Amino acid sequence: MSKTETDEAAATAAEESELGEAGAQLSTAPQERSVPGSFGGVMQPGAAGRIAWAWRETTGWVRWFWRQLTSMRVALILLFLLSLGAIPGSLVPQTGVDETKVEEFRAAHETLAPIYDDLGLFNVYSSVWFSAIYILLFVSLIGCIVPRTWQFVGQLRSRPPGAPGRLTRLPAYTTWRTETDPEQVRAAALAMLKQRRFRSHTVGDAVAAEKGYLREAGNLMFHIALIVMLVSFATGQLFKSEGGKLVVEGGGFANTLTQYDDFKSGSLFDRDHDLAPFSFKLDKFVGTYERSGPQRGTPRTYEAHVTYAKGADGAEKKAKIEVNEPLEVDGSKVYLIGHGYAPVVTVRDGRGKEVFKDAVPLLPMDSNVTSSGAIKVMDGYRDKNGKKEQLGFAAFFVPTFAGAGKGTMLSQYPGLDFPVLALNAYHGSLGVNAGLPQNVYQLDKRKMKEFKDDQGAMLKQRLLPGETMKLPNGAGSITFEKDVKQWATFQISQQPGNVPALAGAIAAIAGLAGSLFIQRRRVWVRAVRGEDGVTVVEMAGLGRSESSKLPEELADLAATLNSQAPTAPDPAEPAPVEGVRA
Amino acid sequence: MNLAAATNENLANISNVLIYSSMAVYTLAFLAYIAEWVFGSRSKVGRTAAALTGDAAVAPSVTVRSGGSTAVLDKPKIVTRSAAGTRDVPDGPGAAGGTEKGDLYGRVAISLTTLAFLVEAGGVVARALSVQRAPWGNMYEFSITFSTVVVGVYLAILAAKKNVRWAGLPLVTTVLLDLGIATKWLYTDSDQLVPALDSYWLWIHVSTAIFCGAVFYLGAVGTLLYLFRDSYEEKLAGGGEPGVFATSVMERLPSAASLDKFAYRVNAAVFPLWTFTIIAGAIWAGDAWGRYWGWDPKEVWSFITWVVYACYLHARATAGWKGRKAAYLALFAFGCWLWNYYGVNIFLSGKHSYAGV
Ligand code: HEM
Repeated sequence: MSKTETDEAAATAAEESELGEAGAQLSTAPQERSVPGSFGGVMQPGAAGRIAWAWRETTGWVRWFWRQLTSMRVALILLFLLSLGAIPGSLVPQTGVDETKVEEFRAAHETLAPIYDDLGLFNVYSSVWFSAIYILLFVSLIGCIVPRTWQFVGQLRSRPPGAPGRLTRLPAYTTWRTETDPEQVRAAALAMLKQRRFRSHTVGDAVAAEKGYLREAGNLMFHIALIVMLVSFATGQLFKSEGGKLVVEGGGFANTLTQYDDFKSGSLFDRDHDLAPFSFKLDKFVGTYERSGPQRGTPRTYEAHVTYAKGADGAEKKAKIEVNEPLEVDGSKVYLIGHGYAPVVTVRDGRGKEVFKDAVPLLPMDSNVTSSGAIKVMDGYRDKNGKKEQLGFAAFFVPTFAGAGKGTMLSQYPGLDFPVLALNAYHGSLGVNAGLPQNVYQLDKRKMKEFKDDQGAMLKQRLLPGETMKLPNGAGSITFEKDVKQWATFQISQQPGNVPALAGAIAAIAGLAGSLFIQRRRVWVRAVRGEDGVTVVEMAGLGRSESSKLPEELADLAATLNSQAPTAPDPAEPAPVEGVRA
Repeated sequence: MNLAAATNENLANISNVLIYSSMAVYTLAFLAYIAEWVFGSRSKVGRTAAALTGDAAVAPSVTVRSGGSTAVLDKPKIVTRSAAGTRDVPDGPGAAGGTEKGDLYGRVAISLTTLAFLVEAGGVVARALSVQRAPWGNMYEFSITFSTVVVGVYLAILAAKKNVRWAGLPLVTTVLLDLGIATKWLYTDSDQLVPALDSYWLWIHVSTAIFCGAVFYLGAVGTLLYLFRDSYEEKLAGGGEPGVFATSVMERLPSAASLDKFAYRVNAAVFPLWTFTIIAGAIWAGDAWGRYWGWDPKEVWSFITWVVYACYLHARATAGWKGRKAAYLALFAFGCWLWNYYGVNIFLSGKHSYAGV
């Protein structure tokens, strides 16, 4: 602490002691106090003495620690630590936000990554040290709120303290002389203050009044609301579930565990019973894109038109899901997350028998939806010798092709203007029976052989809609049908606790507004008969925090009271203020 | 190109012309403010020095302030005392230093600022009409709206007859800086929104965020000047003699206590709205991305800004932390806001990547 601050603190203390009771309990903020470093006191000889000392020492330290933790200063420090602690999470990739980025980072920084791992820097917000900060903060908060609430209740039940001896000491002061009797002045003052909704009463020769308790109430409400929010988030995390599902136009989804492509849930979520029963079907996906200008290709609308039904066999309803507008069914929300194309292909064997016909979802690779994926014909196919075999095609798709001879297979525009499908064909075993989960967008080529063209090179071909690629030696064919479907990925999530969290948030804002905009202030009106028999009225106001309103309000009150107790015509100019500055 | 698109292009061009014109008028205002300060420096103020270095011990017990803190009514007169532990120093006379010529230039500066504000606001509106949505789709649009709102808030406080003329010069300087950066580096052609940004929450969340930033900015200017003025007062009180330039500038500013109070009020008043902004953002994120809070860099930094401002408010309520320490916290908090605005958009990638740069 610098010298001036010490001086200021001393001045504050002096001022407060001078005001005595008048300034006490104007808020419920905890007092800063220093506590000795040892609590055990004198140790009596013998085991009993030692135990007693140890007990006093322990309880003393526990109490000391608790007081420290619940002091405003520590709350301040913890808040500051919380803000500093949140920073690394925005600079280092986080597993909870983007797993692939974390992997990239690990690959790029081999020495740094293990250190970051030890420090929990890849998941800051669930790391031990970050949790420690906010848990301590919230313990401190509770330890602060509980006594403050009691104190506040006590203040509500008691009455404003009587006027201090010298009202001139207060931040706002006024005085005048009047012919009206002191009793009458006090009665008028009491009536006026009560009418202005001050809590007021007369103590001795003065009226004491106080107003603005809502400030404290608002402040307590705000801090309690913070706890409500934290608890709702925590329960939300424990009971939430979240899963993803890719649906091709015409396809559907029913909300059971087996239907999900991926699924995560909180540790208290019951996977067998907690999923709300509903289903939906994707009728159509509509994506529109900027046609011209420098932002050509920027997405403008994404809409998934669905038909959904609540329960096992509820009535069907139509709905439209957009990026900002999830569908809410039975407590679950269905969000539109992504989209892509699924060209429809037909595969025939050597005899012309259709062995596969489906829309195959392909994975977008850039913002113009250049897509890649795999077409897998698992069973039903026999080669020209009638032997069972599997077929695989590596597929590359662009919704808008640049044009023949114009370079690569990179899409020029995300809309379906000039779709082209490029295929490489393989035969053999897809390796799907090995029991290992397989990426649907990739071919496991270890047990596959390429089909060769006439020149003996790998067979590959670019197809326009309706075109067919023949496999060599009568091995069959694959047709790129004129129909290109779209698919959409949905996230289906269920998170309880949103309602209390929102209620907490609203309460927090309301409480905060009360706490910051309402002034808690006291007003005293003293009326005594002077030596010459004329009544001397003194009014003074005291607020808890800096406000320009206090003098204005006092002025207003004084003017009102003055109209009832008019200034006495006095030739001798009354000295308005006396006293020497502390 | 159809007719509507052509009109829109026209409007976008009109918007650009208006923004450039407002920059020209702001520059004139800037020069007028400078003139105000220059002419004001010719006066002999010397009041701060007298209050702080004179015989403080035998000074009259109560200062009846000439400024706003004495409420004069027909009969009883209110006498105010500054809070315990603060220096009882009168506010400086303002940039014009009580000189007539300075005051004239000051008035000219404010008129020009008002004009520039109207032109700039016109530019923002034209931009909005050209894209037929809220003009907050990329950083260029944020920047022009931000400076418009800052100046608007400043003019509104002036109109409410509060003593904030001292903020004029720093304000217009930074507005010019902001517009310069916006037009030179952040400019993006007027366009529509990507689907994720297209929601009525955009109106709510982004407008309050920009407004909060503008008010926080005024608070930060107040805090910064408080720190300077406080050192100046402390030096005087300690018998030191600040340089001629420092004296000339500082003695015309409001007292440290007034500046500190101004900064506190401004920050405290807008803090609930900032809380609301974050919550509105979370609700929007819940709709757009399927989660309310995902520790995206932008979210992290809004949270940090919020916590540091809460810290600042706590500091104000804690003995021993008032004054300079709290002021440093306030500046740090505004630094976080600024970083969230520019830094996060440009240097960190996340879901909020709409900088358009
Ligand atoms: C989660 C962290 C917390 C946040 C975000 C927070 C935020 C706030 C805010 C914004 C205010 C309003 C400031 C004002 O009235 O001037 C405030 C006031 C207050 N806070 Fe906290 N607070 C937190 C934790 C705590 C803790 C742990 C304590 C107890 C040690 C505490 C005690 C107080 C008190 C006593 C006030 C009233 C000060 C006054 O009367 O002016 N707060 N808090």
